[in-house]
Amino acid sequence: MTYNTSALDGFAALGDPTRRAIFERVAARPSAVGELALGLPVSRPAVSQHLRVLKQAGLVRESPQGTRRIYRLDPRGIGAMRDWLEAHWTTALDAFKDFADAQADEETAA
Amino acid sequence: MSIAPIIRTVQVKVAPARAFDLFATRMAQWWPKGGTIGKAPHADVIIEPRPGGRWFERDAEGNETQWGHVLAWEPPSRLLLAWQISTAWRYDPSLVTEVELTFAPADGGTLVTLEHRHLERFGADAAAHAQRLGGGWPTRLAAFAHLADAMA
Repeated sequence: MTYNTSALDGFAALGDPTRRAIFERVAARPSAVGELALGLPVSRPAVSQHLRVLKQAGLVRESPQGTRRIYRLDPRGIGAMRDWLEAHWTTALDAFKDFADAQADEETAA
Repeated sequence: MSIAPIIRTVQVKVAPARAFDLFATRMAQWWPKGGTIGKAPHADVIIEPRPGGRWFERDAEGNETQWGHVLAWEPPSRLLLAWQISTAWRYDPSLVTEVELTFAPADGGTLVTLEHRHLERFGADAAAHAQRLGGGWPTRLAAFAHLADAMA
Protein backbone atom coordinates (compact mmCIF):
# COMPACT_ATOMS: atom_id res chain seq x y z
CA MET A 1 0.00 0.00 0.00
CA THR A 2 1.46 3.36 -0.95
CA TYR A 3 0.95 6.52 1.01
CA ASN A 4 0.65 9.33 -1.46
CA THR A 5 -2.07 11.46 0.04
CA SER A 6 -1.52 14.90 1.50
CA ALA A 7 -3.29 17.21 3.88
CA LEU A 8 -4.02 19.45 0.94
CA ASP A 9 -5.85 16.63 -0.84
CA GLY A 10 -7.86 15.96 2.29
CA PHE A 11 -8.62 19.60 2.79
CA ALA A 12 -9.63 20.13 -0.82
CA ALA A 13 -11.72 16.97 -0.76
CA LEU A 14 -13.65 18.26 2.27
CA GLY A 15 -14.18 21.67 0.69
CA ASP A 16 -17.32 20.40 -1.03
CA PRO A 17 -20.32 20.44 1.36
CA THR A 18 -21.89 17.26 0.00
CA ARG A 19 -18.59 15.46 0.21
CA ARG A 20 -18.11 16.68 3.78
CA ALA A 21 -21.58 15.40 4.65
CA ILE A 22 -20.68 11.99 3.19
CA PHE A 23 -17.38 12.00 5.09
CA GLU A 24 -19.19 12.79 8.33
CA ARG A 25 -21.59 9.91 7.75
CA VAL A 26 -18.71 7.53 7.12
CA ALA A 27 -16.98 8.87 10.24
CA ALA A 28 -20.10 8.26 12.31
CA ARG A 29 -20.61 4.72 11.01
CA PRO A 30 -18.96 2.49 8.39
CA SER A 31 -21.54 2.28 5.60
CA ALA A 32 -22.33 1.07 2.10
CA VAL A 33 -23.04 3.49 -0.76
CA GLY A 34 -26.79 2.92 -0.59
CA GLU A 35 -26.94 3.77 3.11
CA LEU A 36 -24.90 6.91 2.53
CA ALA A 37 -27.18 8.03 -0.31
CA LEU A 38 -30.28 7.78 1.90
CA GLY A 39 -31.35 11.23 3.03
CA LEU A 40 -28.85 13.04 0.83
CA PRO A 41 -30.13 15.21 -2.04
CA VAL A 42 -27.80 13.54 -4.53
CA SER A 43 -27.99 10.37 -6.61
CA ARG A 44 -26.27 7.15 -5.71
CA PRO A 45 -23.80 7.47 -8.63
CA ALA A 46 -22.96 10.98 -7.37
CA VAL A 47 -22.28 9.55 -3.89
CA SER A 48 -20.01 6.95 -5.49
CA GLN A 49 -18.16 9.71 -7.31
CA HIS A 50 -17.68 11.68 -4.06
CA LEU A 51 -16.48 8.52 -2.31
CA ARG A 52 -13.92 8.04 -5.07
CA VAL A 53 -12.52 11.53 -4.39
CA LEU A 54 -12.48 10.92 -0.61
CA LYS A 55 -10.70 7.63 -1.22
CA GLN A 56 -8.09 9.28 -3.43
CA ALA A 57 -7.53 11.88 -0.72
CA GLY A 58 -6.86 9.08 1.77
CA LEU A 59 -9.83 9.98 3.95
CA VAL A 60 -11.93 6.84 3.49
CA ARG A 61 -11.20 3.28 2.47
CA GLU A 62 -13.45 0.46 1.32
CA SER A 63 -13.62 -3.21 2.11
CA PRO A 64 -15.89 -5.88 0.68
CA GLN A 65 -18.58 -7.38 2.88
CA GLY A 66 -20.55 -10.00 0.98
CA THR A 67 -21.74 -8.35 -2.20
CA ARG A 68 -21.45 -4.84 -0.75
CA ARG A 69 -18.50 -2.56 -0.28
CA ILE A 70 -18.32 -0.89 3.11
CA TYR A 71 -16.69 2.51 3.45
CA ARG A 72 -14.92 3.55 6.66
CA LEU A 73 -12.43 6.20 7.79
CA ASP A 74 -8.89 5.73 6.57
CA PRO A 75 -6.35 6.26 9.38
CA ARG A 76 -4.04 7.79 6.76
CA GLY A 77 -6.52 10.63 6.54
CA ILE A 78 -5.86 11.29 10.21
CA GLY A 79 -2.19 11.54 9.29
CA ALA A 80 -3.19 14.19 6.80
CA MET A 81 -5.04 15.98 9.59
CA ARG A 82 -1.83 15.92 11.63
CA ASP A 83 0.09 17.42 8.73
CA TRP A 84 -2.52 20.14 8.41
CA LEU A 85 -2.37 20.93 12.13
CA GLU A 86 1.41 21.05 12.02
CA ALA A 87 1.29 23.65 9.24
CA HIS A 88 -1.51 25.48 11.04
CA TRP A 89 0.41 25.77 14.33
CA THR A 90 3.55 26.93 12.54
CA THR A 91 1.56 29.71 10.86
CA ALA A 92 -0.26 30.60 14.08
CA LEU A 93 2.89 30.78 16.23
CA ASP A 94 4.68 32.85 13.60
CA ALA A 95 1.73 35.23 13.63
CA PHE A 96 1.82 35.30 17.44
CA LYS A 97 5.55 36.11 17.40
CA ASP A 98 4.99 39.02 14.98
CA PHE A 99 2.21 40.34 17.20
CA ALA A 100 4.06 39.92 20.52
CA ASP A 101 7.30 41.39 19.17
CA ALA A 102 5.43 44.38 17.75
CA GLN A 103 3.98 44.94 21.24
CA ALA A 104 7.48 44.74 22.75
CA ASP A 105 8.83 47.24 20.23
CA GLU A 106 5.97 49.65 20.93
CA GLU A 107 6.59 49.39 24.66
CA THR A 108 10.31 49.99 24.18
CA ALA A 109 9.62 53.01 21.97
CA ALA A 110 7.04 54.44 24.37
CA MET B 1 -2.59 3.50 17.62
CA SER B 2 -0.65 6.52 18.79
CA ILE B 3 0.32 9.53 16.72
CA ALA B 4 3.34 11.67 17.60
CA PRO B 5 2.41 15.03 19.11
CA ILE B 6 3.03 18.24 17.25
CA ILE B 7 5.64 20.37 19.05
CA ARG B 8 6.46 23.89 17.97
CA THR B 9 8.49 26.60 19.68
CA VAL B 10 8.80 30.31 19.10
CA GLN B 11 10.95 32.93 20.83
CA VAL B 12 9.27 36.27 21.57
CA LYS B 13 10.69 39.50 23.01
CA VAL B 14 8.17 40.05 25.83
CA ALA B 15 8.41 38.52 29.33
CA PRO B 16 6.46 35.32 30.14
CA ALA B 17 3.58 37.03 31.96
CA ARG B 18 3.06 39.39 29.03
CA ALA B 19 3.43 36.59 26.48
CA PHE B 20 0.83 34.51 28.34
CA ASP B 21 -1.51 37.47 28.44
CA LEU B 22 -1.13 38.33 24.76
CA PHE B 23 -1.54 34.71 23.76
CA ALA B 24 -4.58 33.95 25.86
CA THR B 25 -6.51 37.20 26.06
CA ARG B 26 -5.83 38.78 22.67
CA MET B 27 -6.01 35.77 20.41
CA ALA B 28 -8.29 37.48 17.89
CA GLN B 29 -5.57 40.02 17.18
CA TRP B 30 -3.01 37.50 16.04
CA TRP B 31 -4.89 34.32 15.08
CA PRO B 32 -4.52 33.88 11.29
CA LYS B 33 -7.57 35.08 9.37
CA GLY B 34 -9.35 32.20 7.72
CA GLY B 35 -8.06 29.77 10.33
CA THR B 36 -11.41 29.50 12.06
CA ILE B 37 -14.43 27.20 11.71
CA GLY B 38 -17.39 29.55 12.15
CA LYS B 39 -19.76 30.24 9.23
CA ALA B 40 -18.65 33.89 9.13
CA PRO B 41 -15.12 35.26 9.70
CA HIS B 42 -14.17 35.65 13.35
CA ALA B 43 -14.45 39.04 15.02
CA ASP B 44 -13.13 37.73 18.32
CA VAL B 45 -11.53 34.61 19.77
CA ILE B 46 -12.15 34.17 23.46
CA ILE B 47 -10.56 31.95 26.10
CA GLU B 48 -12.43 32.29 29.38
CA PRO B 49 -9.66 32.69 32.00
CA ARG B 50 -10.38 29.75 34.29
CA PRO B 51 -10.33 25.94 34.26
CA GLY B 52 -13.52 24.83 32.53
CA GLY B 53 -13.79 28.15 30.69
CA ARG B 54 -14.85 28.01 27.06
CA TRP B 55 -12.57 28.60 24.06
CA PHE B 56 -14.63 29.95 21.21
CA GLU B 57 -14.82 32.33 18.28
CA ARG B 58 -17.48 34.99 17.80
CA ASP B 59 -18.41 36.58 14.48
CA ALA B 60 -19.46 40.20 13.87
CA GLU B 61 -23.12 39.32 14.46
CA GLY B 62 -22.42 37.71 17.82
CA ASN B 63 -22.73 34.08 16.69
CA GLU B 64 -20.44 31.87 18.75
CA THR B 65 -18.67 28.71 17.61
CA GLN B 66 -16.94 26.68 20.28
CA TRP B 67 -13.45 25.25 19.72
CA GLY B 68 -12.83 23.64 23.08
CA HIS B 69 -12.27 24.58 26.70
CA VAL B 70 -9.64 25.44 29.30
CA LEU B 71 -8.11 22.50 31.18
CA ALA B 72 -5.51 24.51 33.14
CA TRP B 73 -5.03 28.27 33.47
CA GLU B 74 -1.69 28.88 35.18
CA PRO B 75 -0.21 32.27 34.30
CA PRO B 76 2.54 33.14 33.66
CA SER B 77 3.93 29.73 32.77
CA ARG B 78 1.31 27.32 31.47
CA LEU B 79 -1.96 27.10 29.60
CA LEU B 80 -3.63 23.81 28.79
CA LEU B 81 -6.46 23.84 26.28
CA ALA B 82 -8.80 21.15 25.01
CA TRP B 83 -8.98 21.33 21.21
CA GLN B 84 -12.33 19.79 20.29
CA ILE B 85 -12.48 20.37 16.56
CA SER B 86 -12.92 17.13 14.64
CA THR B 87 -11.51 16.05 11.31
CA ALA B 88 -14.85 17.22 9.89
CA TRP B 89 -13.97 20.76 11.12
CA ARG B 90 -16.77 20.81 13.63
CA TYR B 91 -16.83 21.29 17.38
CA ASP B 92 -17.22 17.83 18.87
CA PRO B 93 -17.79 17.75 22.64
CA SER B 94 -16.88 14.05 22.76
CA LEU B 95 -13.43 14.70 21.26
CA VAL B 96 -10.68 16.02 23.54
CA THR B 97 -7.18 16.59 22.18
CA GLU B 98 -4.79 18.68 24.27
CA VAL B 99 -2.90 21.83 23.33
CA GLU B 100 -0.36 22.78 26.01
CA LEU B 101 1.44 26.11 25.97
CA THR B 102 4.41 26.78 28.22
CA PHE B 103 6.05 30.17 28.62
CA ALA B 104 9.65 30.04 29.87
CA PRO B 105 12.04 32.97 30.39
CA ALA B 106 14.77 32.93 27.73
CA ASP B 107 17.22 35.51 26.39
CA GLY B 108 15.43 38.43 27.99
CA GLY B 109 12.14 37.31 26.45
CA THR B 110 10.11 34.13 26.41
CA LEU B 111 10.39 30.76 24.77
CA VAL B 112 6.86 29.66 23.92
CA THR B 113 6.41 25.92 23.41
CA LEU B 114 3.24 24.45 21.98
CA GLU B 115 2.43 20.76 22.16
CA HIS B 116 -0.71 19.39 20.50
CA ARG B 117 -1.13 15.80 21.68
CA HIS B 118 -3.47 12.79 21.79
CA LEU B 119 -3.96 13.20 18.06
CA GLU B 120 -4.90 9.54 17.75
CA ARG B 121 -8.20 10.53 19.34
CA PHE B 122 -9.18 12.08 16.02
CA GLY B 123 -9.58 8.52 14.87
CA ALA B 124 -11.31 7.22 17.99
CA ASP B 125 -13.44 4.19 17.38
CA ALA B 126 -16.19 5.35 15.07
CA ALA B 127 -18.73 2.83 16.34
CA ALA B 128 -18.33 3.95 19.95
CA HIS B 129 -18.56 7.53 18.77
CA ALA B 130 -21.80 6.87 16.94
CA GLN B 131 -23.17 5.09 20.01
CA ARG B 132 -22.38 8.07 22.23
CA LEU B 133 -24.07 10.40 19.79
CA GLY B 134 -27.05 8.06 19.62
CA GLY B 135 -27.14 7.88 23.43
CA GLY B 136 -27.20 11.65 23.57
CA TRP B 137 -30.34 12.09 21.54
CA PRO B 138 -32.91 10.57 23.93
CA THR B 139 -31.64 12.97 26.61
CA ARG B 140 -31.85 15.94 24.28
CA LEU B 141 -35.27 14.90 23.03
CA ALA B 142 -36.48 14.50 26.61
CA ALA B 143 -35.19 17.98 27.40
CA PHE B 144 -36.95 19.31 24.32
CA ALA B 145 -40.20 17.59 25.26
CA HIS B 146 -39.95 19.03 28.74
CA LEU B 147 -39.44 22.52 27.33
CA ALA B 148 -42.22 22.11 24.79
CA ASP B 149 -44.59 20.95 27.55
CA ALA B 150 -43.68 23.93 29.68
CA MET B 151 -44.47 26.25 26.76
CA ALA B 152 -47.84 24.60 26.05
